[in-house]
Amino acid sequence: MKHEDFKDNEYIDQLVQELNASGTNVVVGKLDQLINWGISNSLWPFCFGTSCCAIEFMCLGAARYDMARFGFEVARNSPRQADYIMCQGTITYRMAPALKRLYEQMAEPKYVIACGACTVSGGPFKNSYCVVKGIDEIIPVDVYLPGCPPRPEAMFYALMQLQRKIKVQKFFGGVNRKESRKKFFDKSSETAEK
Amino acid sequence: MFDFSVVTNWFNDLLLGVMPQWLATTIECVIVAVLLLLAYTVLAMFYIMYERWVCAWFQCRRGPLRVGPWGSLQIFADVIKMLIKEVVGLWKTDNFLHKLAPYFVLVASVVVFACLPWGKGLQAIDFNIGVFFMTAVSSLGVVGILLAGWSSNSKYTMIGAMRSGAQMISYELSIGIAMLTIVCLAGTMSVTGLVEAQQNGWFIFTGHIPAIIAFIIYVIAATAETNRGPFDLPEAEHELTAGYHTEYSGIHFGFFYLAEYLNLFIVSGIATLLFLGGWMPFHVSGWDGFNAVMDYIPSTIWFLGKAIFVSFIIIWFKWSFPRVRIDQMLALEWRYLMPIGLFNLVLMAVIVSMGWHFAG
Amino acid sequence: MADIQEKIGKLCPEAQCDASGEFLLISVPDAQWHDLAQSLKDELHFDYLTALVGVDWKEELGVMYYLTNTETQEMIHVKVATADREQPRLHSVSDLWAVANFQEREVYDFYGIEFINHPDMRRFFLRNDWVGYPLRKDYDDDPEKNPLRLEDEENEDNTYRLVEDENGDVTRVDGKVFGDDEYVINVGPQHPSTHGVMRYRASIEGELVKKVDVVSGYIHRGIEKMCESLMYPQTLLYTERLDYMSAHINRHCLCLCIEKAMGLEVPHRAELIRMMMDELMRLSSHLLSYGCLTMDQGATTAFFYGFRERELIYDIFDKTCGARMSMSYLTIGGVKADVHPDFINDVRNVCDTVTEKLKEYHKLFTGNIIARNRMVGVGILGKEDAINYAITGPSGRASGHHCDVRKCHPYSLYNEVEFDEVTYETGDSMDRYMVRMKEMEESIKILRQCCDMLEKEGIEGEYIAKVPKIIKLPAGHWYQQVEGSRGAFGVYLESDGDPKPFQKPYRLHFQSPCFNLVGVVDLTCKDNLIADLITITASIDYVIPDIDR
Repeated sequence: MKHEDFKDNEYIDQLVQELNASGTNVVVGKLDQLINWGISNSLWPFCFGTSCCAIEFMCLGAARYDMARFGFEVARNSPRQADYIMCQGTITYRMAPALKRLYEQMAEPKYVIACGACTVSGGPFKNSYCVVKGIDEIIPVDVYLPGCPPRPEAMFYALMQLQRKIKVQKFFGGVNRKESRKKFFDKSSETAEK
Repeated sequence: MFDFSVVTNWFNDLLLGVMPQWLATTIECVIVAVLLLLAYTVLAMFYIMYERWVCAWFQCRRGPLRVGPWGSLQIFADVIKMLIKEVVGLWKTDNFLHKLAPYFVLVASVVVFACLPWGKGLQAIDFNIGVFFMTAVSSLGVVGILLAGWSSNSKYTMIGAMRSGAQMISYELSIGIAMLTIVCLAGTMSVTGLVEAQQNGWFIFTGHIPAIIAFIIYVIAATAETNRGPFDLPEAEHELTAGYHTEYSGIHFGFFYLAEYLNLFIVSGIATLLFLGGWMPFHVSGWDGFNAVMDYIPSTIWFLGKAIFVSFIIIWFKWSFPRVRIDQMLALEWRYLMPIGLFNLVLMAVIVSMGWHFAG
Repeated sequence: MADIQEKIGKLCPEAQCDASGEFLLISVPDAQWHDLAQSLKDELHFDYLTALVGVDWKEELGVMYYLTNTETQEMIHVKVATADREQPRLHSVSDLWAVANFQEREVYDFYGIEFINHPDMRRFFLRNDWVGYPLRKDYDDDPEKNPLRLEDEENEDNTYRLVEDENGDVTRVDGKVFGDDEYVINVGPQHPSTHGVMRYRASIEGELVKKVDVVSGYIHRGIEKMCESLMYPQTLLYTERLDYMSAHINRHCLCLCIEKAMGLEVPHRAELIRMMMDELMRLSSHLLSYGCLTMDQGATTAFFYGFRERELIYDIFDKTCGARMSMSYLTIGGVKADVHPDFINDVRNVCDTVTEKLKEYHKLFTGNIIARNRMVGVGILGKEDAINYAITGPSGRASGHHCDVRKCHPYSLYNEVEFDEVTYETGDSMDRYMVRMKEMEESIKILRQCCDMLEKEGIEGEYIAKVPKIIKLPAGHWYQQVEGSRGAFGVYLESDGDPKPFQKPYRLHFQSPCFNLVGVVDLTCKDNLIADLITITASIDYVIPDIDR
């Protein structure tokens, strides 16, 4: 692809300007900015690799690409402590409940990157009898990252898109999407009773 | 060398001039507590970044460098994120104990931290049993870890907690023995006394071979005591996902994280105090000019520098060594470190009683 | 071969032999199969069950067994089938070849064939509540029947087996995998050191592991079924998504198999490039497994060193194939494009660098006292067990099983280069690790020779044979194996000789090495500590998508 053809997602920046055009309270606005700066610069990944993309993700952490430069390197193995889940690899019908559960175990604010063709749409396995056609059927996705597998540079781009997206959200006055923990507990207790 | 007690005494006198004794003491306590907590946080944050940079350096990487100049603001971003992160409540657990556990770990490390001698005259309190007090309080941390593992109602955290119980109680012995060896040499348990005794040569130099052995034992045992690699079995990321704090999120996890790094500083600080002369500058008896130059460097810098150096060694072997197995770890303590330590203690006693150690 | 045919005729008069194919084919009725298998193993020394392939021949369901004699490296295959489609049953051979245990479960999962006397008849890949048997030709793939279910499947502790008494009556006996009083911990499917989405359920006493139950299928994508609806060149795509760490090698295998069926001659240069790509892939894979093994034991820095050198290999792939992973470079009849002009220099550079850095790796990790304590004498797998469980590749050779396909059944140009088969005796974790380290040196040796050969041929040349636009194969079946980076990778290809313009494979089965590797986890981890479970599985080194397919 030529460099001129590349369309960066500038609409996100426009969205920020539009949102701020009406003006906000100085204190609240600045606090929001500070918090968003904090979240977006301290994205700790949750190690969730199911196939090939996971190897590229390891390369992303290794010496040449070194995601530590951006502060992304503190990979947590417990979903409770991670900030985003980068779903690397195909999700099958057997894995789907596990992925959903892992997502629900994460603490807010949490984000999802669908990494690789399989997670975006089912990819080469779209016609299979037991592959989920895109993880957005199970969990909400923030950034879609195509490629089979995507190169580490593309992964960086996806992460930066996520950072941009985070800068739009408002902490005071409602996070963009939020399901309260209490509601989740009520739901799961209902299913448990059944 | 600048003596900080001048400042503290002046402040004390100033307060006494306008208010009664009890009020002055209370105000001093509050100020000291605030300063200590501040120092605690700043140091912990520094240590987190320090380890990230050092390990990046070992691994041919650059480490954090994008957020702020040379990545210096990275840790503030992490802290902000940690503060607003949701604290997940668990279902079917003892919620009170679950919430209490991180504070136990934190408080234990803060109390030990408070006893460290920061510089000449810069010390919160000076007991005559200073070192003894430190060992006693630092063992409290294990209660927090056990509680955390048990109250999370998960098999992984339970295994992690049990491992950590076995590990910390075992290695406490070696630390105690290594400390006793030095106490035997110094003849005092008071923190100030220990530092003053190293006026003309640090114990690792004056203490002959037993001091060196004690130092090595202490560093190994201290690494185990702080749950760091190669003894990071209670966390053992690759076995137990995140060990005893698997179920903690948000700021509660932050407390564990903070305490872990601060414990690294504390054990390095105690090593500095016992073996490397605390805040005492590097002196060679006879070289008066050299000693005078050394005295120009502030005592706090001496202390911090030495502690950071010891931490560097501990970080170094965390990142290069594989993790030991639980049975090997216990065997190392009970079969090797403790017998050697006991023998070493006897050796030190003999040397001290015969006066064979370097006078210093 | 005639000799074997005669002996089999004596052992089992009902068996029909057919020597027209590439290997001797024996067809035997199910009633005599177990006895014949027993004598094949004991008397004719066919002790290595290379592949077990379930096939649906429409009028009957059956299984193809590929057997190898580990002394003479002779191969035969046996066909056992049943015409009963409602309740198909065959006799299990899992008591003779332990590897058949999981493989028969796979066949049960795909075709619904129940195996009499099999100890543990559960589904292997699909959910316990799955309806139907997907690889049958009459499978109903209506999504209504098997929708995406988001509730957890129940922990399937219930199993059953079919026991045959002396009269030949078969009764069903229900059982449990774990007792009620066992403390079972769940490792995976999301766990940092299962190397993907593997799941173990381990019964432990304190820190001692007593039993490991492997629950697989979390990345089962039904590749074999999908291949049946694609044309031959399209099926190549999926081979790289099996064991992505030996992408070129897997693809090479399928190419060889299709070429064998077509009777296609591949240019020498193309074969040479393919072989070099294979060895580069092996090098990169072993570097990764070094990294993962060290990482799983907590020595994180070594992991980064392994990855540093892998990047150089990725650069070569990037230049010549245009991608870092999943290169899609090999194709039927040769390779898709000629090599990059820098190729030879780059490969030489990699050879030199890795040789140099291997010393550093040894210094950093191999000699470390903690590493030695954790690996020497841990997770021992004897030679007999290795053959019985059909463990191949570095893990098999660590136990003394001479199973290097490059030596036993030479393919490509491995006859023309000199290298040694690395074998060890004990079969503990340390040996498995050392085999990989030594094999890297052998790969470098091969690569250096290949560089010289390629240099002689010049910068450009014929890199692909003339291949017909539409590939049609005659009716028949073929089996091809190559040495993947984790063991013998095999492809079973069956064609029905369909005269339609777009011919599709009738059955395509991938015999993945990792599938067998995971079978020994229970055996090697028993009575070891939890920490050893991690070391042993890391040293066995499997790739999950290769197991699940």
